[in-house]
Amino acid sequence: MIAALQNIEFTPFLISFKLAAITAFVLFCIALPLAWYLSQTRSKAKPFIEAVTALPIVLPPSVLGFYILWAFAPESALGAFFEDAFGVKLAFSFTGLVIASCFYSLPFMVQPLQSGFESLSKNMLEASYVAGKSKLVTLFQVALPNIKPSLLTAIIVTFAHTVGEFGVVLMVGGSIPGETKVASVAIYDMVEMMDYTAAHIYSAIMLIISFVVLLGVYIFNAKQTRRFGL
Amino acid sequence: MIHLSIQKKLQGAEENMKLEAAFSVQEGEFIALRGKSGSGKTTLLRILAGLEDAQGEIIVENETWLSKVATLPPQKRCIGFVFQDYALFENMTIEQNLLFVQKDKALAAHLLELTELTALKERYPNALSGGQKQRVSIARALMKRPKILLLDEPLSALDPQMRNKLQNELLTLHKEFGTTTIMVSHDPSEIYKLASRVIELENGKIIHDGTPKEVLLKTQGSQKFSFEGEVLEIKKVDVIYVAIVAIGQQLVEVVVSTNEAKALKIGEIVRLSTKAFNPTISHSYT
Repeated sequence: MIAALQNIEFTPFLISFKLAAITAFVLFCIALPLAWYLSQTRSKAKPFIEAVTALPIVLPPSVLGFYILWAFAPESALGAFFEDAFGVKLAFSFTGLVIASCFYSLPFMVQPLQSGFESLSKNMLEASYVAGKSKLVTLFQVALPNIKPSLLTAIIVTFAHTVGEFGVVLMVGGSIPGETKVASVAIYDMVEMMDYTAAHIYSAIMLIISFVVLLGVYIFNAKQTRRFGL
Repeated sequence: MIHLSIQKKLQGAEENMKLEAAFSVQEGEFIALRGKSGSGKTTLLRILAGLEDAQGEIIVENETWLSKVATLPPQKRCIGFVFQDYALFENMTIEQNLLFVQKDKALAAHLLELTELTALKERYPNALSGGQKQRVSIARALMKRPKILLLDEPLSALDPQMRNKLQNELLTLHKEFGTTTIMVSHDPSEIYKLASRVIELENGKIIHDGTPKEVLLKTQGSQKFSFEGEVLEIKKVDVIYVAIVAIGQQLVEVVVSTNEAKALKIGEIVRLSTKAFNPTISHSYT
Protein backbone atom coordinates (compact mmCIF):
# COMPACT_ATOMS: atom_id res chain seq x y z
CA MET A 1 0.00 0.00 0.00
CA ILE A 2 2.71 2.44 1.07
CA ALA A 3 4.77 1.43 -1.94
CA ALA A 4 1.74 2.09 -4.15
CA LEU A 5 1.28 5.54 -2.57
CA GLN A 6 4.95 6.38 -3.09
CA ASN A 7 4.72 5.43 -6.73
CA ILE A 8 1.79 7.73 -7.44
CA GLU A 9 2.38 10.11 -10.30
CA PHE A 10 0.76 13.41 -9.29
CA THR A 11 1.21 15.19 -12.63
CA PRO A 12 -2.36 14.48 -13.85
CA PHE A 13 -3.71 16.13 -10.67
CA LEU A 14 -1.50 19.15 -11.17
CA ILE A 15 -2.68 19.46 -14.79
CA SER A 16 -6.30 19.13 -13.66
CA PHE A 17 -5.95 21.89 -11.07
CA LYS A 18 -3.91 24.13 -13.35
CA LEU A 19 -6.58 23.74 -16.05
CA ALA A 20 -9.42 24.37 -13.58
CA ALA A 21 -7.74 27.47 -12.07
CA ILE A 22 -7.01 29.05 -15.46
CA THR A 23 -10.50 28.18 -16.73
CA ALA A 24 -12.16 29.66 -13.64
CA PHE A 25 -10.14 32.86 -13.99
CA VAL A 26 -10.75 33.28 -17.73
CA LEU A 27 -14.45 32.43 -17.35
CA PHE A 28 -14.89 34.89 -14.48
CA CYS A 29 -13.62 37.70 -16.73
CA ILE A 30 -15.96 36.64 -19.55
CA ALA A 31 -18.99 35.71 -17.47
CA LEU A 32 -19.05 38.76 -15.19
CA PRO A 33 -20.05 41.27 -17.90
CA LEU A 34 -22.29 38.68 -19.57
CA ALA A 35 -24.17 37.83 -16.34
CA TRP A 36 -24.50 41.52 -15.45
CA TYR A 37 -25.84 42.28 -18.92
CA LEU A 38 -28.33 39.40 -18.76
CA SER A 39 -29.56 40.44 -15.31
CA GLN A 40 -30.13 44.07 -16.35
CA THR A 41 -31.31 43.84 -19.94
CA ARG A 42 -34.87 43.88 -21.18
CA SER A 43 -33.73 43.02 -24.68
CA LYS A 44 -35.63 40.48 -26.75
CA ALA A 45 -32.32 38.72 -27.42
CA LYS A 46 -32.07 37.68 -23.75
CA PRO A 47 -33.74 34.23 -24.01
CA PHE A 48 -31.63 33.49 -27.09
CA ILE A 49 -28.37 34.33 -25.29
CA GLU A 50 -29.52 32.42 -22.19
CA ALA A 51 -30.30 29.33 -24.26
CA VAL A 52 -26.89 29.41 -25.96
CA THR A 53 -25.19 29.87 -22.58
CA ALA A 54 -27.01 26.90 -21.09
CA LEU A 55 -26.31 24.55 -24.03
CA PRO A 56 -23.23 22.87 -22.50
CA ILE A 57 -25.41 21.59 -19.63
CA VAL A 58 -27.65 19.52 -21.88
CA LEU A 59 -25.34 18.67 -24.79
CA PRO A 60 -23.51 15.35 -24.53
CA PRO A 61 -19.83 16.18 -23.92
CA SER A 62 -18.98 14.17 -27.03
CA VAL A 63 -21.06 16.53 -29.20
CA LEU A 64 -19.40 19.58 -27.68
CA GLY A 65 -16.00 17.90 -27.94
CA PHE A 66 -16.59 16.94 -31.56
CA TYR A 67 -17.54 20.48 -32.63
CA ILE A 68 -14.64 22.00 -30.72
CA LEU A 69 -12.21 19.50 -32.23
CA TRP A 70 -13.61 20.25 -35.67
CA ALA A 71 -13.17 24.00 -35.11
CA PHE A 72 -9.65 23.53 -33.71
CA ALA A 73 -8.40 21.39 -36.58
CA PRO A 74 -5.49 23.02 -38.46
CA GLU A 75 -7.61 22.93 -41.64
CA SER A 76 -10.41 24.98 -40.06
CA ALA A 77 -10.47 28.78 -40.08
CA LEU A 78 -10.06 29.09 -36.29
CA GLY A 79 -7.34 26.47 -36.04
CA ALA A 80 -5.46 28.01 -38.96
CA PHE A 81 -5.76 31.50 -37.51
CA PHE A 82 -4.30 30.46 -34.14
CA GLU A 83 -1.52 28.52 -35.85
CA ASP A 84 -0.60 31.45 -38.13
CA ALA A 85 -1.07 34.32 -35.70
CA PHE A 86 0.24 32.87 -32.44
CA GLY A 87 1.94 29.67 -33.55
CA VAL A 88 -0.38 27.80 -31.21
CA LYS A 89 -1.76 24.39 -32.08
CA LEU A 90 -5.23 24.13 -30.53
CA ALA A 91 -6.17 20.49 -30.97
CA PHE A 92 -4.45 18.12 -28.52
CA SER A 93 -2.74 20.94 -26.62
CA PHE A 94 -3.17 22.53 -23.19
CA THR A 95 -4.26 25.87 -24.71
CA GLY A 96 -6.98 24.07 -26.65
CA LEU A 97 -8.02 22.33 -23.45
CA VAL A 98 -8.44 25.68 -21.68
CA ILE A 99 -10.62 27.05 -24.48
CA ALA A 100 -12.72 23.87 -24.61
CA SER A 101 -13.16 23.95 -20.81
CA CYS A 102 -14.31 27.57 -21.02
CA PHE A 103 -17.12 26.53 -23.34
CA TYR A 104 -17.94 23.48 -21.26
CA SER A 105 -18.09 25.30 -17.90
CA LEU A 106 -19.58 28.61 -19.09
CA PRO A 107 -23.09 28.05 -17.67
CA PHE A 108 -21.67 27.10 -14.27
CA MET A 109 -20.08 30.55 -14.01
CA VAL A 110 -22.81 32.62 -15.68
CA GLN A 111 -25.91 31.19 -14.02
CA PRO A 112 -25.04 31.67 -10.32
CA LEU A 113 -23.74 35.18 -11.04
CA GLN A 114 -26.83 36.08 -13.05
CA SER A 115 -29.28 34.81 -10.44
CA GLY A 116 -27.23 36.60 -7.77
CA PHE A 117 -27.49 39.89 -9.66
CA GLU A 118 -31.19 39.33 -10.31
CA SER A 119 -31.85 38.77 -6.61
CA LEU A 120 -30.42 42.20 -5.74
CA SER A 121 -32.91 44.92 -4.90
CA LYS A 122 -33.39 47.04 -8.02
CA ASN A 123 -33.78 50.04 -5.75
CA MET A 124 -30.35 49.45 -4.23
CA LEU A 125 -28.71 49.71 -7.66
CA GLU A 126 -30.83 52.75 -8.49
CA ALA A 127 -29.83 54.36 -5.21
CA SER A 128 -26.25 54.04 -6.40
CA TYR A 129 -27.04 55.64 -9.78
CA VAL A 130 -28.89 58.47 -8.06
CA ALA A 131 -25.82 58.92 -5.83
CA GLY A 132 -23.94 59.69 -9.04
CA LYS A 133 -22.14 56.38 -9.42
CA SER A 134 -21.59 54.89 -12.88
CA LYS A 135 -22.73 51.39 -13.81
CA LEU A 136 -19.14 50.14 -13.50
CA VAL A 137 -18.67 51.55 -9.99
CA THR A 138 -22.09 50.19 -9.02
CA LEU A 139 -21.18 46.74 -10.35
CA PHE A 140 -17.91 46.51 -8.43
CA GLN A 141 -18.76 48.37 -5.23
CA VAL A 142 -22.45 47.61 -4.71
CA ALA A 143 -23.57 44.62 -6.80
CA LEU A 144 -20.59 42.25 -6.46
CA PRO A 145 -20.00 42.68 -2.70
CA ASN A 146 -23.68 41.93 -2.11
CA ILE A 147 -23.66 38.62 -3.95
CA LYS A 148 -20.61 37.06 -2.27
CA PRO A 149 -22.29 33.63 -1.83
CA SER A 150 -23.23 33.53 -5.53
CA LEU A 151 -19.76 34.73 -6.48
CA LEU A 152 -18.07 32.00 -4.44
CA THR A 153 -20.51 29.37 -5.71
CA ALA A 154 -19.83 30.39 -9.31
CA ILE A 155 -16.04 30.25 -8.97
CA ILE A 156 -15.88 27.04 -6.92
CA VAL A 157 -18.46 25.14 -8.95
CA THR A 158 -16.73 26.18 -12.19
CA PHE A 159 -13.41 25.02 -10.75
CA ALA A 160 -14.86 21.73 -9.51
CA HIS A 161 -16.80 21.12 -12.70
CA THR A 162 -13.66 21.63 -14.78
CA VAL A 163 -11.70 19.22 -12.57
CA GLY A 164 -14.53 16.74 -13.03
CA GLU A 165 -14.88 16.98 -16.81
CA PHE A 166 -14.00 13.94 -18.81
CA GLY A 167 -15.60 13.62 -22.24
CA VAL A 168 -14.55 16.97 -23.66
CA VAL A 169 -10.96 16.79 -22.38
CA LEU A 170 -10.56 13.29 -23.71
CA MET A 171 -11.74 14.32 -27.19
CA VAL A 172 -10.04 17.70 -27.44
CA GLY A 173 -6.91 17.01 -25.41
CA GLY A 174 -6.32 13.37 -26.11
CA SER A 175 -4.32 11.80 -23.35
CA ILE A 176 -0.83 13.18 -23.75
CA PRO A 177 1.07 12.54 -20.49
CA GLY A 178 2.35 15.72 -18.85
CA GLU A 179 0.45 17.92 -21.30
CA THR A 180 -3.24 17.07 -21.54
CA LYS A 181 -3.63 13.97 -19.40
CA VAL A 182 -5.81 15.19 -16.53
CA ALA A 183 -6.79 13.20 -13.45
CA SER A 184 -10.16 12.01 -14.75
CA VAL A 185 -8.60 10.75 -17.99
CA ALA A 186 -5.77 9.13 -16.02
CA ILE A 187 -8.30 7.15 -13.98
CA TYR A 188 -9.97 5.98 -17.18
CA ASP A 189 -6.59 4.82 -18.51
CA MET A 190 -5.83 2.97 -15.26
CA VAL A 191 -9.14 1.13 -15.35
CA GLU A 192 -8.54 0.26 -19.00
CA MET A 193 -5.16 -1.22 -18.03
CA MET A 194 -6.78 -2.94 -15.03
CA ASP A 195 -4.51 -1.07 -12.57
CA TYR A 196 -7.25 -0.98 -9.92
CA THR A 197 -5.00 0.01 -6.99
CA ALA A 198 -3.95 3.24 -8.67
CA ALA A 199 -7.53 3.84 -9.87
CA HIS A 200 -8.75 3.44 -6.28
CA ILE A 201 -6.22 5.88 -4.89
CA TYR A 202 -6.87 8.45 -7.62
CA SER A 203 -10.64 8.16 -7.29
CA ALA A 204 -10.50 8.44 -3.49
CA ILE A 205 -8.37 11.60 -3.74
CA MET A 206 -10.85 13.13 -6.23
CA LEU A 207 -13.78 12.21 -4.02
CA ILE A 208 -12.27 13.73 -0.89
CA ILE A 209 -11.16 16.94 -2.60
CA SER A 210 -14.56 17.43 -4.24
CA PHE A 211 -16.41 16.86 -0.98
CA VAL A 212 -14.19 19.21 1.04
CA VAL A 213 -14.54 21.96 -1.56
CA LEU A 214 -18.33 21.71 -1.66
CA LEU A 215 -18.58 21.51 2.11
CA GLY A 216 -16.50 24.69 2.35
CA VAL A 217 -18.85 26.50 -0.04
CA TYR A 218 -21.96 25.51 1.89
CA ILE A 219 -20.43 26.46 5.25
CA PHE A 220 -19.38 29.86 3.89
CA ASN A 221 -22.82 30.50 2.40
CA ALA A 222 -24.57 29.58 5.64
CA LYS A 223 -22.33 32.02 7.53
CA GLN A 224 -22.99 34.80 5.03
CA THR A 225 -26.73 34.26 5.26
CA ARG A 226 -26.57 34.61 9.01
CA ARG A 227 -24.41 37.70 8.90
CA PHE A 228 -26.03 39.75 6.15
CA GLY A 229 -29.43 38.11 5.84
CA LEU A 230 -28.69 37.72 2.13
CA MET B 1 -37.24 77.02 -9.60
CA ILE B 2 -38.33 73.75 -11.19
CA HIS B 3 -40.50 73.53 -14.29
CA LEU B 4 -41.94 70.18 -15.17
CA SER B 5 -44.21 69.18 -17.99
CA ILE B 6 -44.20 65.50 -18.85
CA GLN B 7 -46.23 62.84 -20.59
CA LYS B 8 -45.84 59.09 -20.43
CA LYS B 9 -48.04 56.17 -21.38
CA LEU B 10 -48.49 53.82 -18.44
CA GLN B 11 -49.91 50.39 -18.06
CA GLY B 12 -52.34 50.99 -15.22
CA ALA B 13 -53.92 48.39 -12.99
CA GLU B 14 -57.12 48.29 -15.02
CA GLU B 15 -56.41 50.00 -18.29
CA ASN B 16 -53.67 51.83 -20.08
CA MET B 17 -53.48 55.42 -19.01
CA LYS B 18 -51.45 58.46 -19.77
CA LEU B 19 -49.50 60.33 -17.14
CA GLU B 20 -49.78 64.01 -17.96
CA ALA B 21 -48.50 66.45 -15.41
CA ALA B 22 -47.27 70.02 -15.53
CA PHE B 23 -46.34 72.20 -12.58
CA SER B 24 -43.69 74.52 -11.23
CA VAL B 25 -42.00 74.31 -7.88
CA GLN B 26 -40.45 77.17 -5.94
CA GLU B 27 -37.10 76.67 -4.28
CA GLY B 28 -37.47 75.30 -0.76
CA GLU B 29 -41.07 74.16 -1.17
CA PHE B 30 -42.24 70.96 0.53
CA ILE B 31 -44.74 69.27 -1.75
CA ALA B 32 -46.86 66.27 -0.86
CA LEU B 33 -47.96 64.06 -3.72
CA ARG B 34 -51.07 62.05 -3.07
CA GLY B 35 -53.49 59.89 -4.98
CA LYS B 36 -54.74 56.33 -5.16
CA SER B 37 -52.26 53.57 -5.88
CA GLY B 38 -51.67 53.31 -9.60
CA SER B 39 -52.34 57.01 -10.16
CA GLY B 40 -48.77 57.66 -11.29
CA LYS B 41 -47.15 59.18 -8.17
CA THR B 42 -44.13 56.91 -8.02
CA THR B 43 -43.65 57.09 -11.78
CA LEU B 44 -43.63 60.88 -11.57
CA LEU B 45 -40.87 60.76 -8.94
CA ARG B 46 -38.88 58.24 -10.97
CA ILE B 47 -39.14 60.40 -14.08
CA LEU B 48 -37.87 63.39 -12.08
CA ALA B 49 -34.96 61.25 -10.87
CA GLY B 50 -34.19 60.05 -14.39
CA LEU B 51 -34.84 56.42 -13.50
CA GLU B 52 -37.59 56.25 -16.10
CA ASP B 53 -37.90 58.03 -19.42
CA ALA B 54 -40.77 60.21 -20.59
CA GLN B 55 -41.70 62.82 -23.14
CA GLY B 56 -41.74 66.47 -22.19
CA GLU B 57 -39.52 68.84 -20.34
CA ILE B 58 -37.91 69.14 -16.94
CA ILE B 59 -35.91 72.27 -16.17
CA VAL B 60 -34.24 72.68 -12.80
CA GLU B 61 -32.57 76.00 -12.04
CA ASN B 62 -31.85 76.70 -15.72
CA GLU B 63 -30.43 73.22 -16.21
CA THR B 64 -32.33 71.03 -18.68
CA TRP B 65 -32.85 67.54 -17.26
CA LEU B 66 -35.30 66.39 -19.89
CA SER B 67 -36.17 67.76 -23.31
CA LYS B 68 -36.95 66.51 -26.79
CA VAL B 69 -33.28 66.30 -27.66
CA ALA B 70 -31.62 65.05 -24.51
CA THR B 71 -32.14 63.23 -21.23
CA LEU B 72 -29.74 63.81 -18.38
CA PRO B 73 -28.88 60.47 -16.73
CA PRO B 74 -29.71 60.08 -13.01
CA GLN B 75 -26.00 60.26 -12.17
CA LYS B 76 -25.83 63.86 -13.43
CA ARG B 77 -29.01 65.13 -11.77
CA CYS B 78 -28.38 66.50 -8.34
CA ILE B 79 -31.11 64.60 -6.49
CA GLY B 80 -31.69 62.64 -3.33
CA PHE B 81 -34.08 59.71 -3.49
CA VAL B 82 -35.55 57.90 -0.50
CA PHE B 83 -37.09 54.56 -1.43
CA GLN B 84 -39.98 52.95 0.41
CA ASP B 85 -37.87 49.85 1.09
CA TYR B 86 -34.83 51.94 2.20
CA ALA B 87 -32.50 50.40 -0.46
CA LEU B 88 -29.41 50.68 1.75
CA PHE B 89 -26.10 49.23 0.58
CA GLU B 90 -26.08 46.04 2.66
CA ASN B 91 -22.33 45.51 2.31
CA MET B 92 -21.43 48.86 3.88
CA THR B 93 -21.71 50.20 7.41
CA ILE B 94 -24.09 53.09 8.09
CA GLU B 95 -21.27 55.60 7.84
CA GLN B 96 -19.93 54.00 4.66
CA ASN B 97 -23.42 54.20 3.16
CA LEU B 98 -23.26 57.97 3.57
CA LEU B 99 -19.63 58.36 2.52
CA PHE B 100 -20.19 56.28 -0.63
CA VAL B 101 -22.38 59.09 -1.93
CA GLN B 102 -19.92 61.86 -1.09
CA LYS B 103 -16.58 61.72 0.69
CA ASP B 104 -17.55 64.46 3.13
CA LYS B 105 -16.87 63.21 6.66
CA ALA B 106 -18.01 66.43 8.34
CA LEU B 107 -21.39 66.42 6.59
CA ALA B 108 -21.83 62.70 7.30
CA ALA B 109 -21.10 63.24 10.99
CA HIS B 110 -23.53 66.18 11.08
CA LEU B 111 -26.33 64.21 9.39
CA LEU B 112 -25.76 61.20 11.64
CA GLU B 113 -25.98 63.54 14.62
CA LEU B 114 -29.25 65.10 13.38
CA THR B 115 -30.81 61.70 12.79
CA GLU B 116 -29.50 60.29 16.10
CA LEU B 117 -27.50 57.58 14.36
CA THR B 118 -23.99 58.46 15.55
CA ALA B 119 -23.87 55.54 18.00
CA LEU B 120 -24.86 53.10 15.24
CA LYS B 121 -22.52 54.30 12.51
CA GLU B 122 -20.28 51.20 12.60
CA ARG B 123 -23.24 48.82 12.23
CA TYR B 124 -24.46 47.14 9.06
CA PRO B 125 -28.01 47.83 7.78
CA ASN B 126 -29.04 44.27 8.60
CA ALA B 127 -28.68 45.06 12.31
CA LEU B 128 -31.04 48.07 12.26
CA SER B 129 -34.78 48.44 12.79
CA GLY B 130 -37.05 49.75 10.02
CA GLY B 131 -37.15 53.25 11.48
CA GLN B 132 -33.37 53.37 11.83
CA LYS B 133 -32.91 52.14 8.27
CA GLN B 134 -35.20 54.83 6.93
CA ARG B 135 -33.26 57.50 8.85
CA VAL B 136 -30.05 56.24 7.25
CA SER B 137 -31.75 56.36 3.87
CA ILE B 138 -32.87 59.97 4.41
CA ALA B 139 -29.44 61.02 5.68
CA ARG B 140 -27.80 59.30 2.71
CA ALA B 141 -30.10 61.12 0.28
CA LEU B 142 -28.98 64.47 1.73
CA MET B 143 -25.24 63.71 1.42
CA LYS B 144 -25.11 65.18 -2.08
CA ARG B 145 -26.79 68.40 -0.92
CA PRO B 146 -29.41 67.70 -3.62
CA LYS B 147 -31.40 70.32 -5.48
CA ILE B 148 -34.48 68.16 -5.01
CA LEU B 149 -35.19 65.54 -2.39
CA LEU B 150 -37.65 62.88 -3.56
CA LEU B 151 -39.33 60.66 -0.98
CA ASP B 152 -41.45 57.71 -2.12
CA GLU B 153 -43.81 56.87 0.76
CA PRO B 154 -40.86 56.93 3.13
CA LEU B 155 -42.78 56.36 6.35
CA SER B 156 -45.62 54.08 5.28
CA ALA B 157 -43.96 50.88 6.52
CA LEU B 158 -43.37 52.24 10.04
CA ASP B 159 -45.48 52.12 13.17
CA PRO B 160 -47.32 55.33 14.26
CA GLN B 161 -44.82 56.35 16.98
CA MET B 162 -41.81 55.92 14.72
CA ARG B 163 -43.67 57.71 11.96
CA ASN B 164 -44.32 60.66 14.23
CA LYS B 165 -40.68 60.83 15.28
CA LEU B 166 -39.46 60.70 11.70
CA GLN B 167 -41.94 63.35 10.60
CA ASN B 168 -40.38 65.68 13.15
CA GLU B 169 -36.91 64.75 11.91
CA LEU B 170 -37.90 65.43 8.31
CA LEU B 171 -39.19 68.83 9.43
CA THR B 172 -35.92 69.59 11.22
CA LEU B 173 -33.89 68.52 8.20
CA HIS B 174 -36.04 70.58 5.85
CA LYS B 175 -35.57 73.65 8.03
CA GLU B 176 -31.82 73.11 8.24
CA PHE B 177 -31.11 72.30 4.57
CA GLY B 178 -34.04 74.08 2.89
CA THR B 179 -34.02 71.38 0.20
CA THR B 180 -36.90 71.47 -2.26
CA THR B 181 -38.79 68.31 -1.37
CA ILE B 182 -41.44 66.19 -3.06
CA MET B 183 -42.89 63.41 -0.93
CA VAL B 184 -45.43 60.76 -1.81
CA SER B 185 -47.75 60.30 1.17
CA HIS B 186 -51.24 59.05 1.94
CA ASP B 187 -51.44 60.20 5.53
CA PRO B 188 -53.39 63.51 5.80
CA SER B 189 -51.92 64.39 9.21
CA GLU B 190 -48.43 63.78 7.87
CA ILE B 191 -49.12 65.96 4.86
CA TYR B 192 -50.64 68.70 6.99
CA LYS B 193 -47.65 68.67 9.33
CA LEU B 194 -44.91 68.69 6.72
CA ALA B 195 -46.08 70.02 3.40
CA SER B 196 -46.71 73.55 2.23
CA ARG B 197 -48.48 72.35 -0.89
CA VAL B 198 -50.40 69.28 -1.97
CA ILE B 199 -50.69 67.90 -5.48
CA GLU B 200 -53.27 65.18 -5.97
CA LEU B 201 -53.13 62.80 -8.92
CA GLU B 202 -55.91 60.69 -10.34
CA ASN B 203 -55.41 58.42 -13.36
CA GLY B 204 -52.26 60.27 -14.26
CA LYS B 205 -53.78 63.77 -14.17
CA ILE B 206 -53.47 66.47 -11.53
CA ILE B 207 -56.89 66.99 -9.97
CA HIS B 208 -55.95 69.21 -7.02
CA ASP B 209 -53.06 71.58 -6.44
CA GLY B 210 -53.22 73.80 -3.39
CA THR B 211 -52.38 74.23 0.27
CA PRO B 212 -53.01 71.25 2.56
CA LYS B 213 -55.93 73.17 4.07
CA GLU B 214 -57.61 73.67 0.71
CA VAL B 215 -57.10 70.12 -0.45
CA LEU B 216 -57.48 68.12 2.75
CA LEU B 217 -60.08 69.81 4.95
CA LYS B 218 -63.38 68.27 3.99
CA THR B 219 -65.78 70.61 5.80
CA GLN B 220 -68.02 72.77 3.67
CA GLY B 221 -70.27 75.69 4.52
CA SER B 222 -71.47 75.71 8.12
CA GLN B 223 -70.27 72.20 8.90
CA LYS B 224 -68.44 72.12 12.21
CA PHE B 225 -66.58 68.93 11.43
CA SER B 226 -66.72 66.25 8.86
CA PHE B 227 -65.10 62.82 8.58
CA GLU B 228 -64.87 60.21 5.92
CA GLY B 229 -65.40 56.67 7.06
CA GLU B 230 -66.36 53.18 5.99
CA VAL B 231 -69.67 51.59 6.97
CA LEU B 232 -68.86 48.31 8.74
CA GLU B 233 -72.25 47.20 9.97
CA ILE B 234 -75.87 48.34 10.14
CA LYS B 235 -77.89 46.81 12.94
CA LYS B 236 -81.42 47.23 14.24
CA VAL B 237 -81.69 48.14 17.92
CA ASP B 238 -85.34 48.08 19.04
CA VAL B 239 -86.98 50.57 16.72
CA ILE B 240 -83.92 52.42 15.47
CA TYR B 241 -81.01 51.57 13.24
CA VAL B 242 -77.37 52.01 14.26
CA ALA B 243 -74.54 52.17 11.76
CA ILE B 244 -71.00 51.30 12.84
CA VAL B 245 -68.56 53.50 10.91
CA ALA B 246 -64.77 53.21 10.91
CA ILE B 247 -63.07 56.60 10.79
CA GLY B 248 -59.34 56.14 10.61
CA GLN B 249 -58.46 53.88 13.54
CA GLN B 250 -61.68 54.72 15.43
CA LEU B 251 -65.10 53.10 15.36
CA VAL B 252 -68.22 55.20 15.98
CA GLU B 253 -71.90 54.42 16.28
CA VAL B 254 -74.34 56.63 14.41
CA VAL B 255 -78.11 56.52 14.73
CA VAL B 256 -79.74 56.43 11.31
CA SER B 257 -83.35 56.48 10.16
CA THR B 258 -85.00 53.52 8.48
CA ASN B 259 -84.72 55.15 5.06
CA GLU B 260 -81.07 56.03 5.61
CA ALA B 261 -80.38 52.50 6.77
CA LYS B 262 -81.85 51.14 3.55
CA ALA B 263 -79.77 53.53 1.43
CA LEU B 264 -76.47 52.60 3.10
CA LYS B 265 -74.39 49.67 1.97
CA ILE B 266 -71.81 47.87 4.01
CA GLY B 267 -68.31 48.79 2.85
CA GLU B 268 -69.52 52.14 1.47
CA ILE B 269 -67.41 55.24 2.09
CA VAL B 270 -69.56 57.86 3.78
CA ARG B 271 -69.09 61.36 5.12
CA LEU B 272 -70.07 62.02 8.69
CA SER B 273 -70.63 65.64 9.65
CA THR B 274 -72.49 67.76 12.11
CA LYS B 275 -73.35 71.43 12.48
CA ALA B 276 -75.69 71.61 15.43
CA PHE B 277 -73.20 71.82 18.24
CA ASN B 278 -69.62 72.75 18.99
CA PRO B 279 -67.36 69.77 19.37
CA THR B 280 -65.40 69.76 22.60
CA ILE B 281 -61.71 68.97 22.56
CA SER B 282 -59.94 67.39 25.51
CA HIS B 283 -56.76 65.43 26.26
CA SER B 284 -56.72 61.81 25.33
CA TYR B 285 -55.73 59.42 28.15
CA THR B 286 -55.50 56.15 26.29
